[in-house]
Amino acid sequence: MNNPIPGIPSGDDNRGASVIVIGGGVTGLSTAFWLAEAGVDVLVLERGIVGWEASGRNGGGCSHHHSPLFAEEQRLWPMMDELLGYPTEFRPNRIRIALSPEQFTLYGRAAANARKQGFRVDDLDAQAVRDLVPLAGDNIHAGHYYHFGGHANPHRTVQAYAWALRDRGGRVRQHVTVTGFRRQGGRVTAVETDRGVISCDHLVIAAGPQTGRLAAMLEVAIPMRAARAEMIVTEPLPLMPLGGIDGNGLYGRQTLRGNLAYGGGPHEWVETEEQSGGPRPSTPLSGSIARRVAELLPKAAHARVIRSWSGIIENTPDGRPVMDRPAPWQNLTVATLSGVGFGLSPASGRALMQLVMQGRCDFADLSSLRLGRFDRLEPDWDALQGWLPAGMATA
Amino acid sequence: MTPDPRSVAGKRLEIAERTQILVVGAGPAGIAAARHAHQGGAQVMLVDEHPVPFETMGESVPQIWGGRMGGRVRNRNAMTERMLEARPDLVELFDLGVDIRLGTACWGLFANQPNLGWMPGLVAGLMDEEQGSHLVGFDQAVVATGRRDMGLAFPGWDLPGVLGAGAALMLARLYDALDSRHAVMLGSTPEALLAALDLIDAGVTIAAVVEQAEAAAAPEDLVARIRAAGVEIVTGEAPRGVTSDADGVTGLMLRNRTIPCDSVLLGVGAVPMIDLLQAAGARCTFDNDRGGFVPVLKAGGETSLAGIRAAGDCAGIWPAKSADPALAEAEGRLAAGAALAALGLAEAPVGDAPQPGPAADLGAYRKAWVRASVVEAVADMPVCQCEEVTAREILDVSPPRYLNAPHLPNLTRSLTEILGEGPPDPDQIKRLTRAGMGPCQGRRCREQIQALLALQEDLSLGVVPLAGYRSPVRPLSLAAAATPEDPAIAAAWDSWFGMPRQWVPFWDVEDHYTVAALATQKEHVSE
Repeated sequence: MNNPIPGIPSGDDNRGASVIVIGGGVTGLSTAFWLAEAGVDVLVLERGIVGWEASGRNGGGCSHHHSPLFAEEQRLWPMMDELLGYPTEFRPNRIRIALSPEQFTLYGRAAANARKQGFRVDDLDAQAVRDLVPLAGDNIHAGHYYHFGGHANPHRTVQAYAWALRDRGGRVRQHVTVTGFRRQGGRVTAVETDRGVISCDHLVIAAGPQTGRLAAMLEVAIPMRAARAEMIVTEPLPLMPLGGIDGNGLYGRQTLRGNLAYGGGPHEWVETEEQSGGPRPSTPLSGSIARRVAELLPKAAHARVIRSWSGIIENTPDGRPVMDRPAPWQNLTVATLSGVGFGLSPASGRALMQLVMQGRCDFADLSSLRLGRFDRLEPDWDALQGWLPAGMATA
Repeated sequence: MTPDPRSVAGKRLEIAERTQILVVGAGPAGIAAARHAHQGGAQVMLVDEHPVPFETMGESVPQIWGGRMGGRVRNRNAMTERMLEARPDLVELFDLGVDIRLGTACWGLFANQPNLGWMPGLVAGLMDEEQGSHLVGFDQAVVATGRRDMGLAFPGWDLPGVLGAGAALMLARLYDALDSRHAVMLGSTPEALLAALDLIDAGVTIAAVVEQAEAAAAPEDLVARIRAAGVEIVTGEAPRGVTSDADGVTGLMLRNRTIPCDSVLLGVGAVPMIDLLQAAGARCTFDNDRGGFVPVLKAGGETSLAGIRAAGDCAGIWPAKSADPALAEAEGRLAAGAALAALGLAEAPVGDAPQPGPAADLGAYRKAWVRASVVEAVADMPVCQCEEVTAREILDVSPPRYLNAPHLPNLTRSLTEILGEGPPDPDQIKRLTRAGMGPCQGRRCREQIQALLALQEDLSLGVVPLAGYRSPVRPLSLAAAATPEDPAIAAAWDSWFGMPRQWVPFWDVEDHYTVAALATQKEHVSE
């Protein structure tokens, strides 16, 4: 067989699987991990390298108080290292710093949502924040201490899912591009790829920005638009007692190595590309992020920025995930976490495993994540929301 | 359509100044390009990061200086004067009225391209000690950033006194501040031997040239010139370690002898300095005849990014070009001529850029050096100095030591088993082991890691992808990176998208989502 990519052993293994998961991002890999953990024969197809896109280059936050999966997210994260058998660099808790009364009000709403669900949040005055955050300065208004959530290392976690699912007999195939589907009656019977046809009993599409395009091949409409967002990282600094420090309009953390990794601010709506990869350059927006990191942690203003990057994330019209078994298919599950997938991944993967195996999730109410909520959506919703890429908006 | 207020649409980049043609790098290609562009009637800005601040040099910016920059480098004014002495062409350009910025680093080039379209045109990020960081708009750029030396680990290579061959030459010729009198050269490529001859000319004693292969890599005539200069060529040997004192290296240890020296020069590979171009999104490819990864160029030296051109060593290094600056100058003039034509100031230049002849197998040579020096080392040493990652840890894909994680079962697996199908990608290795992730931005370890992965999987060197470069390609403090900002960016700032329903608690969202329903306000909850 002609082998287009050097370094890939020839002789493709096109053995079918009980469940094929399209997408080696954090959602697909977590789903496959939970399936493999349950003893299911699972195969992940990834067009590039696992975790290469947004799954491996986000802020690493694990605190999604708005989501029906929040409680499960909080239950699972502290046990993920042991469960997977590989380190994720998870560390619990977070301090969100407000530099103004307005920020404190905004962050207070998030705190209220968490409290309502039984999680503890302490209000901190400026001095209390400074006592806990050595790099903070005199510009603090107040803060919140979340006794939940936290942060993990995105790429390490994604790889941990991949390794753990393989340890359980699952398979991951990289550099495989899906080109179509075979069907019989109401069932998807096989996935067509650039490396051959692979049969399946059940199909999961969890392919990030590609999810809409792939689902459309099966006449399932998942409205979404892709956008680009940017982050920066500094050289390592002495470790603060708690790495989960953000606020001032930023998300991010101090890594366990000591780097400050933060993002926030304007995003750019872009076309969804069909081709894999791309250099993903960032723009001078990195300067605006740097300004706010220096405000958040003034004693780190001397720290040097050594990298910036951008990532492409998909967004549904309301910015909330879709996790569903769309009609009329009997054996199809679709998932997009709508740009906020990393932290929720332990819980979203487990929920999707249950959707695949039993058609429903028994630990969370996923009704707010069903695809049908868009049934009455305006056809030109993306234009109405101003989400068209610059080139399209002027065309 | 009213654009999403939280997006970049309608936001302005604060461009501090503009020029028609930006030239980055004031070496032979850059000076020739700037002169040609100026004479052609264009407004030209020529920037060069040298003299680099002493503290910044400590981070191997942009060369592996190995602590052998003499104390006089601290005197910036003296260094600027020295630079003009060393490059009289620059004085001539000053006199012609070209806008020349010395001590000014270009830390980023930015161009609209697929997935990125909001900028007003081509933009460069510049940084100097006086003005801090600011943005410059330009119509055309000629990038002539030159070369750097491939790093090569051996026990003791992290001590003062181990520096790049090209770095040593730059310290001697450009800075007149090389703090070394007695050096050993590792590698016998044409570039290494030419550097050795130039260093001898600058008063440095080359105690020996050490080559792991059984014969020198350079052609016979160059080898003869080296021998005629009285330099011993030691073949079939690689460094086993160094002797040292408080000031660093005092000798290079081989199998059965130690060669006294105050510096060891890394001359196993001269690498095109493509960081700025690749970080901007220019397509790059591995070209054995051009010294490694180079930008893919069209006519007029144009990269895959319209209006951004490359000339000189960053566009490719080969023996004839290393021996004669006229080739780099010709590339500089061609690129500047094409830039003038693109501006409508001249006819398109005629004539072809100089082309390399077929070269020896550069990948095999670099892999052989990494095998002899790194893989067969008698002691563990960091390949990535910033993050202290050894070759073993790279090939095992070990988590960093600060995690104190138990040993992974990876130890018994091949890289393909560990990483999955496809050639091992240094960026994946970087994220998992941290090799190449430190403040030197991979300038010391990038090519070694590529060779290590190729050796491990028995691949030809160019099959292993390039570890990506990211802006800022020069370290920039948070305070300095905070360039002036459009107030509209601050007014619309949100930590994440600012969608009206994204963070509403799940018990409070509508059954059906429509844009029209957004007229009902809910409290905004930022992520």
